[in-house]
Amino acid sequence: MSPMDDSYLEYPRRARGMDHDRYPWIPWPERTRPTWPGGARIALFVVPTLEWFPLDMPKAPFEVPGGMRTPYPDLRHYSLRDYGNRVGFFRFIRLFEELGVTPSVAVNAAIADRYPRLLREVTSRGWEVIAHGVDMGHLHHGELDRETEARWIDQTLQTLRNASGQDVLGWLSVAKSQSHHTPDLLAERGVRYVCDWNNDDLPYAMKTAHGPLWTLPHPHLTSDLHVIHHYKQTEASWVRQVCDGFNVLHREATDGGRVVGISLHPWLTGQPHRIGAVREALSHCLGQTEVWATGARELFEAAQEQLA
Amino acid sequence: MKRDPELYDYVPYDASRPKIRWPNGARVALWVAPNIEFYEYDPPSNPSRAPWKRPHPDVVHYSERDYGNRVAHWRMMEVLDRHSVKGSISLSVAMCEHHPEIVREAVDRGWELFSHGVYNTRYTYHLSEAQERAVIEDAFATVERFSGQRIAGWLAPALTHTERTMDLLAEYGVLYTCDLFHDDQPQPVRVAKGRLISIPYSLEMNDVIVYNVNQIAPRRYADILKANFDQLYAEGADNGTVMCIPLHAYLVGQPHRIGALDEALEYILGHEDVWVATGKEIAEHYLEHCYDDAVAHVEQLRAEEVAR
Repeated sequence: MSPMDDSYLEYPRRARGMDHDRYPWIPWPERTRPTWPGGARIALFVVPTLEWFPLDMPKAPFEVPGGMRTPYPDLRHYSLRDYGNRVGFFRFIRLFEELGVTPSVAVNAAIADRYPRLLREVTSRGWEVIAHGVDMGHLHHGELDRETEARWIDQTLQTLRNASGQDVLGWLSVAKSQSHHTPDLLAERGVRYVCDWNNDDLPYAMKTAHGPLWTLPHPHLTSDLHVIHHYKQTEASWVRQVCDGFNVLHREATDGGRVVGISLHPWLTGQPHRIGAVREALSHCLGQTEVWATGARELFEAAQEQLA
Repeated sequence: MKRDPELYDYVPYDASRPKIRWPNGARVALWVAPNIEFYEYDPPSNPSRAPWKRPHPDVVHYSERDYGNRVAHWRMMEVLDRHSVKGSISLSVAMCEHHPEIVREAVDRGWELFSHGVYNTRYTYHLSEAQERAVIEDAFATVERFSGQRIAGWLAPALTHTERTMDLLAEYGVLYTCDLFHDDQPQPVRVAKGRLISIPYSLEMNDVIVYNVNQIAPRRYADILKANFDQLYAEGADNGTVMCIPLHAYLVGQPHRIGALDEALEYILGHEDVWVATGKEIAEHYLEHCYDDAVAHVEQLRAEEVAR
């Protein structure tokens, strides 16, 4: 074995706090607790995604969850993902309307270009559009050069702002992946909140070169994608995990509000045999007392007002 | 490279083994080992292992781990407090600098601190002897300075070693290693000089393995812990056993998972004759009452093989 350079045991950021400058360290008991409208214990926000997976999408530097798997042309995964846009999301729409859910929809710019009818289903209902990158083949990551990333963000925001008529203040990265520059580039372009980080039960502000960028607790481990697609666990188990997590946060929220996000992928849980699980999970959460069912933007505004 | 790590002899789990008698006739020594870890945002790479799966910053996996320190530690600690379980902390010692409030909570409760390296993103692979000594000395000095405690146990950072790790640990006076998974009872470890024992630190009960590797649903984790206990409890009536529950707040302390730990501890601690101990207490008892018998047994087995 070749010896390691001594610099491997140097720790330049070994001091109180984080080892980066994006956000400060505040122990959980000392954090400011928000009061949600009506004194609700839980702010519940639901984020379905509208995604387009290009047939020729890259597999490097890592595979995007849900991306192409078999050799080109991978028709099975291309069309199965597109199923969400053609069929699955319409099941979501009917269910959301029946249950009175106002979702915040994370949308690839490619959806606006390719399926304007689908985007109108969102905007005509007054549902919020969250920017979700160019398409699932445009992955932001640490080895992407800054200029390219800036161009992709511009393209995404311009396309979605034009097509939706909304100012589009929210962002969800493809595969929740960012580069070191992503928060700065987003804030510079008027994005005010992101859904990529999984380290909190409350919104918090990140520092950027262009003012604060809020991060909302959009789930990773309890998303339908992670539990059903990645872990291959059952639909019933996913429902149980969403409900168990909700119940714990609801119980804990005696000193102020908490947030529960629900992440849904129409190509996955919009399938006929899974839509019932979505109904069950949402019905449970909506059926509890002291729940503020809201959108990402309202959540951001409340956080900015109370937690800044 | 060696074909056999040469750290222990083959000792069958049969009736010839010397009996382990735990204090007060307990059948099982139960120890709960929460890992309190710091994962760096942008650490240097080791030739044998990249610290993150994705290019830096690996927002998804970094933030998932940061959740443990930012929020979930307090949730996990509350469960351990409710069951009056003293933790044995597998500590990234740089936590004493980064997040002293968390380590202070452990020290104030009388919990044991043992070493899990400096950061869980700095691996032991390829370190020279001098470098490996520097890490061990750093761990002893940092923990002593912060808590006054003298480290008794070692779990290598991210379970990474060199061929000389165990010899060095014994030389520095470490009593027990958690890095060997060959037994359900403590065992002598073969080292160049001094004494070192292994204490069972079950990979199979470890929430990292359960959740991240085996991808098991939360409620089944409770079933697994109970089944593991039941068998060790039954066998411990004849010859004392050890059950370890290694934890990570970022995993077990997730809202949708915390109930599994609570349920398992409720069940296990509902039994008589369970010695709820720390790693150091188990090591000291074993070294005083069992170590010599175990070494004599090993020597007898060797002599019998030679005679055959």
